Amino acid sequence: MIKDITIGQYIPGDTAVHNLDPRIKIIITFVFITLLFLVGNYFSYLYIIAFMGLAIGLSKISLKFIAKGLKPLIVIIVLTVILNAFMTQGEVIYRIWGLSITKEGLYQAGFMGLRLIFLITGASLLTLTTSPIALTDGIEKLLNPLKRIGVPAHELAMMMTIALRFIPTLLEETDKIMKAQMARGADFETGNLINRARAMVPLLVPLFISAFRRADELALAMEARCYRGGEKRTRMKQLKLEFRDYSAMMIIAVFCFLVIWSR
Amino acid sequence: MPVKVENLTHIYMKDSVFEHVAIDNISFEIQDGEFIGLIGHTGSGKSTLIQHLNGLLKPSSGKVFIDGEELGSKEVQMKKIRQKVGLVFQYPEYQLFEETVYKDVAFGPRNLGLSEDEVDARVRKAIELVGLDFDSVSNVSPFELSGGQKRRVAIAGVLAMEPKVLILDEPAAGLDPKGRDDILRGFKRLHETQKITVVLVSHSMEDIANLVDKVLVMNKGKIAYFDTPRNVFGEAETLEKIGLGVPQMTYLVRELRKKGYPIADCINIDEAKNELLKLFKR
Repeated sequence: MIKDITIGQYIPGDTAVHNLDPRIKIIITFVFITLLFLVGNYFSYLYIIAFMGLAIGLSKISLKFIAKGLKPLIVIIVLTVILNAFMTQGEVIYRIWGLSITKEGLYQAGFMGLRLIFLITGASLLTLTTSPIALTDGIEKLLNPLKRIGVPAHELAMMMTIALRFIPTLLEETDKIMKAQMARGADFETGNLINRARAMVPLLVPLFISAFRRADELALAMEARCYRGGEKRTRMKQLKLEFRDYSAMMIIAVFCFLVIWSR
Repeated sequence: MPVKVENLTHIYMKDSVFEHVAIDNISFEIQDGEFIGLIGHTGSGKSTLIQHLNGLLKPSSGKVFIDGEELGSKEVQMKKIRQKVGLVFQYPEYQLFEETVYKDVAFGPRNLGLSEDEVDARVRKAIELVGLDFDSVSNVSPFELSGGQKRRVAIAGVLAMEPKVLILDEPAAGLDPKGRDDILRGFKRLHETQKITVVLVSHSMEDIANLVDKVLVMNKGKIAYFDTPRNVFGEAETLEKIGLGVPQMTYLVRELRKKGYPIADCINIDEAKNELLKLFKR
């Protein structure tokens, strides 16, 4: 049950998208998201679809996985579509329970729905094709210029790395404690909301204790190896821009031009 | 109340790239009051197997019967099964959560919906059974106790359910030698006085040789042996091939025999002592 969560998951691979410099991938993702808000009409979405198709095709990630990532957010998407369809003023085409759907509303709803879907797919493609380590490396490098105004770039990246690293560990731990309490007759699945919330106590207390214990042990292990923040640290894998990174930038630039031009 | 496993198979992450067969079509039966040792290399399917015995995991195929009742069938209440089959996980002290030892041990019995008098009686009995003094620990926070004491409290939490089958997943792991001895001897006593069926998962061949009636050896999801310790530890070469071993005394006697001394197979220190004395007296 807990293991079905795919958001933030990384699928290893050796494709052009996987091998792209993480900095470039992050920048492209941000440009792409910005671009989504610049889309002016349905025709422009064709360019967006073409770009997504190209990226997904190159990454060789099955559409099934991408669709799985959308599943937990389906409620938000549906809600957005419904709200837009009913709340927009304009030419009424259908009435139900005193509410009216307008032509403009339908247009707007489809527009917003597509925007959300592409937003999520774009962002999840980034995490699906970039290992957490590479991702935090990229973020750290991108934040580096902000160090001058006091942003602790390295520390932020380190915290992210650790948090990501411990997600599977904590999921496993949750599973284990849940089973141990179920073996003592605990019931997590039935009862009303209050009873269920109360049933979480035997799970959450040990989980928090163990998380703190792990944090403590990790800090100690890092200190024992003389870990000191970001000063003069070198990396095993130096990030270097290559031909494919420049090509990727060119491609997104072309799509930017097409989308803005077709507004 | 026998435990019966029929053609049990368990596959993790079925139909994905991560698919893994943890248990591969096994069948066996445990009789009432038996003390069973469960051994196997890491990843041989031991933990997966024991979680089937109280219905925490559901078989991919095959059946598990407790007392003739099939787990997973609609008429069987899981709570009843979990009361009958007590499962102590590895490092059970990490499951403690209450403010006092008393409340933590009472968690299980309260989930069973017993009366407060009955809960009280069971908590007292369970705490005494694991060798702790009820009056001095019952109102202490479990987090203030030492590692070994925490372990005992956690085990008492399962014993308070008064299971008829007790499954222990490496209960002595990480304890000091005295703590180990105390806890294992406690289980032996429990087995003898309360007449409960015990399944002990352990990596210590000595403990297995000293405590159990029968040994179930798992290898790559299959049963390699299910026999008395003496017969199983007679197969030293095969056991070593699957990443296990035999007790130290068995090795000693085997070496002696290779050197030409006429000595019978032994699995524990007492037997070895007698055999060696016999050898000297000749």
